[in-house]
Amino acid sequence: MSPILEVNDLTVTFPGGIQAVRGVSYQVSRGEVLGIVGESGSGKSVTSLAVMGLLPKNAVISGSVRLHGRELLGMDEDELVRVRGKAISMIFQDPLSAFTPVYTIGDQLAEAVRIHQKVGKDKAFKRAIELLDLVGIPHPTVRAKAFPHEFSGGMRQRAMIAMAIANDPDLLICDEPTTALDVTIQAQILDVLKTAQRETGAGIVMITHDLGVIAGMADRVLVMYAGRPVEEGRVDDIYYRPRMPYTMGLLASIPRVDGAEGPLVPIEGAPPSPKNLPPGCPFAPRCPMRIDACEQEEPPLVTIGDGRHVACIRSREIEHKNLSSTDVYPVPVIPPSDIQRVPREQRAKVLELDNLVRHYPLMKGAVFKRRVGTVHAVDGISFDIVEGETLALVGESGCGKTTTLQQIMQLEPPQDGRIVVLGKDSAKLDKASRKALRRDLQIVFQDPMAALDPRMPVGDIVAEPLRAHGQKNVSAKVVELLELVGLAAEHAERYPQHFSGGQRQRIGIARALALEPKVLVLDEPVSALDVSIQAGVINLLEELKNRLGLSYLFVAHDLAVVRHLADRVAVMYLGRIAEIGTVENVYDRPAHPYTQALLSAIPLPDPEMERTRKRIILEGDLPSPADPPSGCRFRTRCPKFARLSEHERRRCVEEEPVVIKLANAVDHGAACHYAEEIEVIPASDDLEEK
Amino acid sequence: MRSKVVLARLVRNRQARYGSIALLLLVLLAYVGPFFGQYEWTDKDFMAFLSPPSADHWWGTTTIGQDMYAITLRGMQKSIIIGLLTALIATTLAAIVGAFAGYFGGWVDRVLMWGVDLLLVLPSFLIIAIVSPRLKNASWLWFVVLLAVFAWMITSRVVRSMTLSLREREYVQAARYMGIPQWKIIFRHVVPNLSSLLIIDATLNVSGAVIGEAALSFFGFGIQPPDVSLGTLIAEGARNATGYPWLFVFPSGMLVALVLSINLIGDGLRDALDPGSNT
Repeated sequence: MSPILEVNDLTVTFPGGIQAVRGVSYQVSRGEVLGIVGESGSGKSVTSLAVMGLLPKNAVISGSVRLHGRELLGMDEDELVRVRGKAISMIFQDPLSAFTPVYTIGDQLAEAVRIHQKVGKDKAFKRAIELLDLVGIPHPTVRAKAFPHEFSGGMRQRAMIAMAIANDPDLLICDEPTTALDVTIQAQILDVLKTAQRETGAGIVMITHDLGVIAGMADRVLVMYAGRPVEEGRVDDIYYRPRMPYTMGLLASIPRVDGAEGPLVPIEGAPPSPKNLPPGCPFAPRCPMRIDACEQEEPPLVTIGDGRHVACIRSREIEHKNLSSTDVYPVPVIPPSDIQRVPREQRAKVLELDNLVRHYPLMKGAVFKRRVGTVHAVDGISFDIVEGETLALVGESGCGKTTTLQQIMQLEPPQDGRIVVLGKDSAKLDKASRKALRRDLQIVFQDPMAALDPRMPVGDIVAEPLRAHGQKNVSAKVVELLELVGLAAEHAERYPQHFSGGQRQRIGIARALALEPKVLVLDEPVSALDVSIQAGVINLLEELKNRLGLSYLFVAHDLAVVRHLADRVAVMYLGRIAEIGTVENVYDRPAHPYTQALLSAIPLPDPEMERTRKRIILEGDLPSPADPPSGCRFRTRCPKFARLSEHERRRCVEEEPVVIKLANAVDHGAACHYAEEIEVIPASDDLEEK
Repeated sequence: MRSKVVLARLVRNRQARYGSIALLLLVLLAYVGPFFGQYEWTDKDFMAFLSPPSADHWWGTTTIGQDMYAITLRGMQKSIIIGLLTALIATTLAAIVGAFAGYFGGWVDRVLMWGVDLLLVLPSFLIIAIVSPRLKNASWLWFVVLLAVFAWMITSRVVRSMTLSLREREYVQAARYMGIPQWKIIFRHVVPNLSSLLIIDATLNVSGAVIGEAALSFFGFGIQPPDVSLGTLIAEGARNATGYPWLFVFPSGMLVALVLSINLIGDGLRDALDPGSNT
C-alpha cells in the first residue's frame, strides 16, 4: 500500500537561526494513525504547519512533503488551497479561535463544503447537518443555526472535526485536539475521532504531549526531541521496549492512574533552546547514559528491526541488556515521614470545611442591574484535612473547585457554612489574627508565569512574604529556601522569565514555604508543565511534605497526578462532593457513577490496556451551574440513571443525595442513592502476569 | 534587591549613561554657564540690537540688545525645573489615581473617575486664568503645580484600565493571600508593571510642560517679563526665525537637547526596569 503522505528530511528554520525542525521524515498510510509525541518546543506543531503550508513567509523550509506522490513544498498558493481542506485537513487545539464568531456553525460548515464541491447552498447546509449528526451533536438541525459561542468547548471541537471531515479528506492532522478539554469530554472527542476515521478511512497524524492519548489511538509513534525524531516504531514497541533514554524517561515520568507506588522518575534539566543547540546529541546534557562520544556528534536515526528507528549510539546496548527505565534512570529516594504512622483519628485537624456555600448573583442590564439568577458555584461541601495529609479536590472545569480554594484563601466569613483553619473559624477572625493565620496557610498557583511578578527579581519574590510578616534579615533565609527547592543562591538576582516553567513553579513553591506554613493549598501546580518537568515538581512536593510535615489541599483535574500525590480524594460535581475517601478506596472501588466515568475516561499510557479497556462515556456536557438539575445533579448525564426503573428514578429526580459512608469501608463515602462499588481501572499487576 | 538589580542594570545601560551625562551637562550649562559669559541676563547692550553671533555676543542679541547666551541660560534654569517637576507631579498623580481607582473599583473608582472626568471637561485654560492672578505674588512653583494638575487625566484613565487587568493576575492574588496591605500591593506589584507606560508619559510631559508654559506666559500668566523661560524665548524667536535665526535656534536647540537627554534616560530606565530587554 503506497503511503498517502510522505515527509522526507523536512527542516524549518526561522529568522535568527532558530532551527525549529531539523530533519523529520515519516509516512502515513491509509487508515493508519501516526502519533507524534514531544514536549513543548520539540517542533511537533511546526512540522505539521509546514506540511499544511501554513507557516509564515519568513520561515525557510527544505526537504520534501509528498501527498499521493505530489510535492507540496513550493506549490503555489492557488493550488495549495485546493489541497488544503480537501485532501488534508487539520484540527486545532483551541476550537474557540478556530471558528469565526459572527457566522453560524452550520454556515461555516456549509462554506467548507462549498469551497471544494460544486453543490448548491441548500444541499451544502443539509450536508452540514449530516456532519454535525455524525460527530454526535444532539439536535443538529437546530444547533447548525447556533453561533460558535453558544457551543461548549467539547461541542466546538466536535464541530471542528465535522468541518475537517466535510470533504472526505485522505489525511487528518490533529494538533493537540483534546488538550483544552476535560477528561470526560476528551473521551467523547477521541471516540468521535475514531468514528470519523472509520467513516472516511483517512490517515491521521495525531500530535500531542499526552502519552495516554497516543497509546489508545496510534498505530505508530514518532518521538521528537529538539526538532528531530529520536525514536520511531510501532506503538507497542515504543511503550514496552523503548530503546532511547529520552523515550524511557518520558514513559517513566508520567504518573499513572492505575497506580504504581513509589516516586516518579524525573528527567533532569530542561530541553535545549533551539537557538543554541549542543554540538552532539541534543539530549546528552540530560541523559543518564551519556558517554563522551555522545557530545561529539549528533547520532543519526538508524533503522533497527522492522520499521523501527532510533537515534542513540547506545541503543544496541540497551537492546542487548534489555534495559528498562529503572535501570537507566536513578530512582529518587523520598524519605518517609513519621506523622504518617500515626492513625488519622489521632492527628489534629488543620482544615475543616462544613457545608460551605458560595453563590454568585447573575446580573443583567448595563445601567439598572437586576438579578436574573444565581450561580451555584459551591453548594454545601464538607471535608477535613488532618496534619501531614494530602486531600485532593478533583473535578472538571466549572465544578467549583477554584471557588472553594478562593473561599478558603480569603479567610472571610463564608455565605453559609464554616471554614475552620487550624482550629480558628474564619467568621470570627479580626484583622490581626487573620493576618497571623495567613502565615500558616499558603498557596501555589497553577500558571507559574502568571503567579510571579515579572518585574520582580526572584530574591524579592521569595522574600516578600517574609517582609510582609515583619522579618528584617531575609537574605540568608532566601538562599536557604531557594536551595530547598533545588535552585541556586545566585538565581536570586534574576527575573522570573529567565527560568523555565518547572523552575518557576519551584520559585512559587519556595515563596509559599517561606513562612513555614502548616497548610499548603496547591492549585493545579503541575498542569502547565511538561511531563518530564512535572515529575520533578511532584517529587519535590512529596519530599517537602514529608520533611516539613505539611498538609496539602491539592486541586487538580488530572486524576493520575492525584493518585500519586494524595492520601484522600474528594470528587466534585457541580458545586457538590460526589464521592470522598482514601485514594485506594475511590480509585480501586469507585461507587459514584460520576467517579466511575471520570476514572474510565483517563487514557492510560499502555497500548495493551487501552485496547482492551471498556470506557464509560458520558453523554453531553456539564449543566450550567446557574440552573442545576433538581434532585441529584448528575442524573442528566448519569449512565446508571438511564438503567434504573421508573420508580427508582423518581428518587434521583426528587431527592438530592448527600454523602453517605459506604457500609463496608472505613473511609469512603458517595453521594448516590444507588451507590455500588465497581472496578474501572484494570490493575497493572494483572497484565504483568499475562 | 529590586532597587539594587535595577540600579545595576541602569548603570550598565548605554542610553541611560549618555542621557544622564547630557542632562548633567545641560544643568551645568544653565547654572554655571552664566558665570563665563560677559553679560548678565539683565544687561542690555545698546550698541548691538539683533546682532548675529559674534566673539562679543556668543549667541547674538535680541531686539532690545539682550545677550542671547545669558537669557537663554536664564530661561533654561526655569524650564528645566518646570519641565521636570511638572512631568514628575503629573505622572505620579496619574499613576496613583489610576491605579487606586482600577485596583479598588467600586465607590473609590467612581469618585476618582468622576474627578478625572470633571477635570477633563473643565477648560483648564479658564481655570488657570482665574487662579493665576491670585498667584501673582506667590512662588512660581505654584505655577508648576497648576500646569501639572491639568496634564494627568488621560494617562490616569489609561493606567486605570491597565490596572483592571493587572489586579486579576495571580501574583497580585498571591500578594493578597500573603497578607500584604492593599496600598503596598499597588506600589509594589501594580505600578512597576505599568512603568513602561509611565516613563513614556513622563518624558512626553517634560516637553509638553515647557511648551505649555510658553503658551500661558504669552497670555500673561506664568513667567512674566522681564523674567524669561525657554518657552517664552521660543515663542518670541519663532516670529523672526527666518530673518534672525539665532533668536530661535538657540533656545529651541536647548529644548531639543533637554528633551532628548530626558528621553534617553527614560528609555534606559524602561530597559532597566523591564526584565525582557537584553541590556
